[in-house]
Amino acid sequence: MRVLPTLQKQRHPLASGASQRRRLAELPLARSFEASLEAAGLFPLTATGIEVLQVNVGRKCNQTCRHCHVDAGPDRTESMSAEVADACLRVLAATTIPTLDITGGAPELHPEFRRLVTTAAALGRRVIDRCNLTITRLPNYRWIPPFLAEHRVEVTASLPYYQPRQTDRQRGDGVFEESIAALRELNALGYGRPGSGLVLNLVTNPVGAFLPPDQQAAERDWKRELERRHGIVFDRLFTLTNMPISRFLQHLEEKGQAGEYLARLAARFNPAAAAGVMCRTTLSVGWDGSLYDCDFNQMLDLPLGDGIPRSILDFDPARLERRTIALGPHCFGCTAGAGSSCGGAVA
Amino acid sequence: MDDNHYYHAPDLARFAEVGRGAPELWDKFLAWYSAVFKEGALSAREKALIALAVSHAVQCPYCIDAYTTAALEQGSNEEQMTEAVHVAAAIRGGASLVHGVQMRNHLERLGM
Repeated sequence: MRVLPTLQKQRHPLASGASQRRRLAELPLARSFEASLEAAGLFPLTATGIEVLQVNVGRKCNQTCRHCHVDAGPDRTESMSAEVADACLRVLAATTIPTLDITGGAPELHPEFRRLVTTAAALGRRVIDRCNLTITRLPNYRWIPPFLAEHRVEVTASLPYYQPRQTDRQRGDGVFEESIAALRELNALGYGRPGSGLVLNLVTNPVGAFLPPDQQAAERDWKRELERRHGIVFDRLFTLTNMPISRFLQHLEEKGQAGEYLARLAARFNPAAAAGVMCRTTLSVGWDGSLYDCDFNQMLDLPLGDGIPRSILDFDPARLERRTIALGPHCFGCTAGAGSSCGGAVA
Repeated sequence: MDDNHYYHAPDLARFAEVGRGAPELWDKFLAWYSAVFKEGALSAREKALIALAVSHAVQCPYCIDAYTTAALEQGSNEEQMTEAVHVAAAIRGGASLVHGVQMRNHLERLGM
């Protein structure tokens, strides 16, 4: 499998969140994101509650996908401590937040992954594992599929396309073949099969600088093609827009398309999508316990607004549930067309 | 701007300026155009592929850019898009070749 050095390893100018925010701010836009929200009657954008606690346990990953907004890879070392993981679980136990969404990097690489899953599952919470699929094929991680099935974890797996060429172009040579093998194993455990209660959703990001297809139409195509070609079944397809952050921003910069792409996202601003953006119902936790409005803000080091607790150690639902969301030009990525969220299209 | 040529990529974004001379006709065109590309008996993806093929047949560079993007955004892949272009090319090629019958007719009329 092809693995590249991360931006951090390369000491790339876009490795830091602050430098990415500066670059995005330089790109010309006909109208700011804030002004677009204002015109839609949505400014300031506020949270409506916390339905998902999304915990990013670290940036280590066995892959280096070219669109990755985390700049994850094997050379990353940021990793959540047991104390911070404890704090996340305490928050779950003390609240009625229904969903724990575990992401990374490849979250299964983290030593606390199993404890997070088992504890949250024992609390009766819906647990989502954002799985890159290939991790389950590594010799030391063959335990993952049966473990997920045992704890009824919802698997949200990345697969950009139902053909190898596009998938490998985005995620690395050989990723498609390994991903198909992983999906077959999940299917064999009951994942994606009607009546099993084991949910297998797929996530697709465009392999390039264009918006994702209509989610329902794409899901029909994908179900037909994955079953016909590989005998694979799954529940839902989530179409996600590539965010002009980190490695995808670097890719756009290399091709001289960053301004064009951001302008395209802005031109497709959809008020209905803006009303349903995931940050309104999600709280994102970083590996060091810092709180963010979403995983994208986390990677841009864009903190919560002033006067709001900024660490999971200071969790205060009263001040977090109705907080004002921190915004930037990248937010156009979640509001373009049918919208984009960790659960796919929103409008 | 260097305007010493006929096709200029940024002009695509200025398409709506064509409406200035006849706004009512433009509005009618736009309403019809939007309706044509909506999901119907054909899917939006199929329509974008047809549009891509026609763009090549009429050799409109603006349309080729627009419908390459649209085809991708409707979920088509490079193989499908390339086959669509071949369909357009085959019809163009066939359209030339079928005129060979007319040539033959004329040959036969003039010949002995």
